[in-house]
Amino acid sequence: MNADIASMIGKRLGLSALTLLIVSFAVFVATNLLPGDTATILLGQAATPEAVAGLRQAMHLDDPAVFRFLRWLAGAVTGDFGTSYANNMPIATLIAGRFVNTMELAGLTAVIAVPLALTLGITAAVLRGTLYDRIVAVLTIGVISVPEFVVASTAVLLFAVYLKWLPAISFVNEVHSLTDLLRMYAMPVVTLTFVVSAQIIRMTRAAVIETLSMPYVEMALLKGASRSRIVLRHALPNSLGPIVNALALSLSYLIGGVIIIETIFNYPGIAKLMVDAVATRDLPLIQTCALIFCLGYLILITIADIIAILSNPRLR
Amino acid sequence: MTQSAPTKSAGLFGYRLSPVGSIAFLVILFWAVIAIFGPQIAPYPVGKIVDMDYFGPMSAKFWLGSDYLGRDMLSRIILGARYTLGIALAGVLIASTTGVVLGMAAAVVGGWFDTLLSRLMDALISIPSKLFGLVVVAAVGSSLPALILTLAVIYVPGAYRFARALAVNVNTMDFITVARIRGENTLYLAISEILPNIIRPVLADFGLRFVFIVLLLSGLSFLGLGVQPPLADWGALVHENIQGLSLGAAAVIAPSLAIASLTISVNLLIDDLPRKIRDRSA
Repeated sequence: MNADIASMIGKRLGLSALTLLIVSFAVFVATNLLPGDTATILLGQAATPEAVAGLRQAMHLDDPAVFRFLRWLAGAVTGDFGTSYANNMPIATLIAGRFVNTMELAGLTAVIAVPLALTLGITAAVLRGTLYDRIVAVLTIGVISVPEFVVASTAVLLFAVYLKWLPAISFVNEVHSLTDLLRMYAMPVVTLTFVVSAQIIRMTRAAVIETLSMPYVEMALLKGASRSRIVLRHALPNSLGPIVNALALSLSYLIGGVIIIETIFNYPGIAKLMVDAVATRDLPLIQTCALIFCLGYLILITIADIIAILSNPRLR
Repeated sequence: MTQSAPTKSAGLFGYRLSPVGSIAFLVILFWAVIAIFGPQIAPYPVGKIVDMDYFGPMSAKFWLGSDYLGRDMLSRIILGARYTLGIALAGVLIASTTGVVLGMAAAVVGGWFDTLLSRLMDALISIPSKLFGLVVVAAVGSSLPALILTLAVIYVPGAYRFARALAVNVNTMDFITVARIRGENTLYLAISEILPNIIRPVLADFGLRFVFIVLLLSGLSFLGLGVQPPLADWGALVHENIQGLSLGAAAVIAPSLAIASLTISVNLLIDDLPRKIRDRSA
């Protein structure tokens, strides 16, 4: 039986690897659609035909696209992402510090959002149909239906402009004390927590409600089990798989959220780096950032799928 | 799969809307009218600087205040409706049509065609939409046609998966087998036998996808990578005026509310549709 699970997980991992390959190819193709010759653009004023030909040769631009893709891929695997067009620095150097910043932001958000949202989602499901459930539902639908920047502006208006609790903009350069740290992370983390929590609450609520509608829950109810016993002993253990699955899927919303939040709060992470790179059309940098995001997203949805496989008792 | 509509209730699509649904419908209708008759309604020329003050407050003269240059915000939002609604509608039309056609084709033809197409769509779906948008905008720029096509391409895989899942279910029904035995061709099967049976959930999905596209378009415009000046959709209006946020300016709040009212209304309207139409996700 366990061999079955192992082979299913193996298959899922293989599929993810294949998807990553297709995705990286798609990113490569998209960034190479750019009209205009890279060498000419790079040289600018100094673009004599000889210089252009020389640079093309040096950058292997005359090779077929497939070779260039493979060369880029081989470099990426060994940690060599090429050099940025905009400032000639190795991309690995540009990204390293920023990557840590983004991971801190995402990690901190997850630590706050996950317990909060799980509590709200599960209690809303248990208290289904009550005023509490309706309020939670209205708030989550409200947050989900609007773009992240609207959530962010609302948070700034509320916490920074009217209540004056938090600063509107975050700086990461000068951190001397705990208060500095708090001031820096507060707004981005608060906003991201709203965005991600709304997703988790919705999905968790749906998962628990589905479990609560199972015949064995009705059976427990008919036997006279108390409400807390039904929820804690019967429903929750069985909805754990779907809940964790919902968690992994919801966390993938962090990626879309991070792009907007880092821009609006000027947070020096990878997403901000990428948005800036799009503005200057720094293609190697865009490719690398996009690849990092796709990888993160793929890892999350792969984890979600593997949990779905593991939590299906029929496969055990 | 869908049974015939209940005959006693009348109204939109043959269903009676709840009060919330009716309000949502009216809000959508309101924005549609604004988008169509925008130039006739707008009180001031859209690009003209009419207020001496920038980030002016709401007043009798300028209902929604003025923006960072002193242009009338109400006029800019009225004209912005054209871009937000128009681009999103064009995008979702292309995305849903392509997705449904390919999805039905995959279900009816089956075999390697289905497998190949589904694998490809699964791969495309695993690119986060905002990231996809960024990369493509970086590559092909953000002219209006490029923007519409980009948004459409990003949401084709979702529409495909939805339509294919529905069509596969219908495809196993007896009347399809009968039609096949009758010797009907693939095109007839898709259009006359499958499409009428999946059209309602597909329309509900169309509405949801419209919301996704509005959100993504606004997000891109907010990043300054969507609709380019001098044109402005609602997302671009927020982008232009974001410095006014710390002043609590109406120029930031009004376009945000416009987006929210549209997307929440579409969501509520779809939520209001009968269960058997909505809950058909794959």
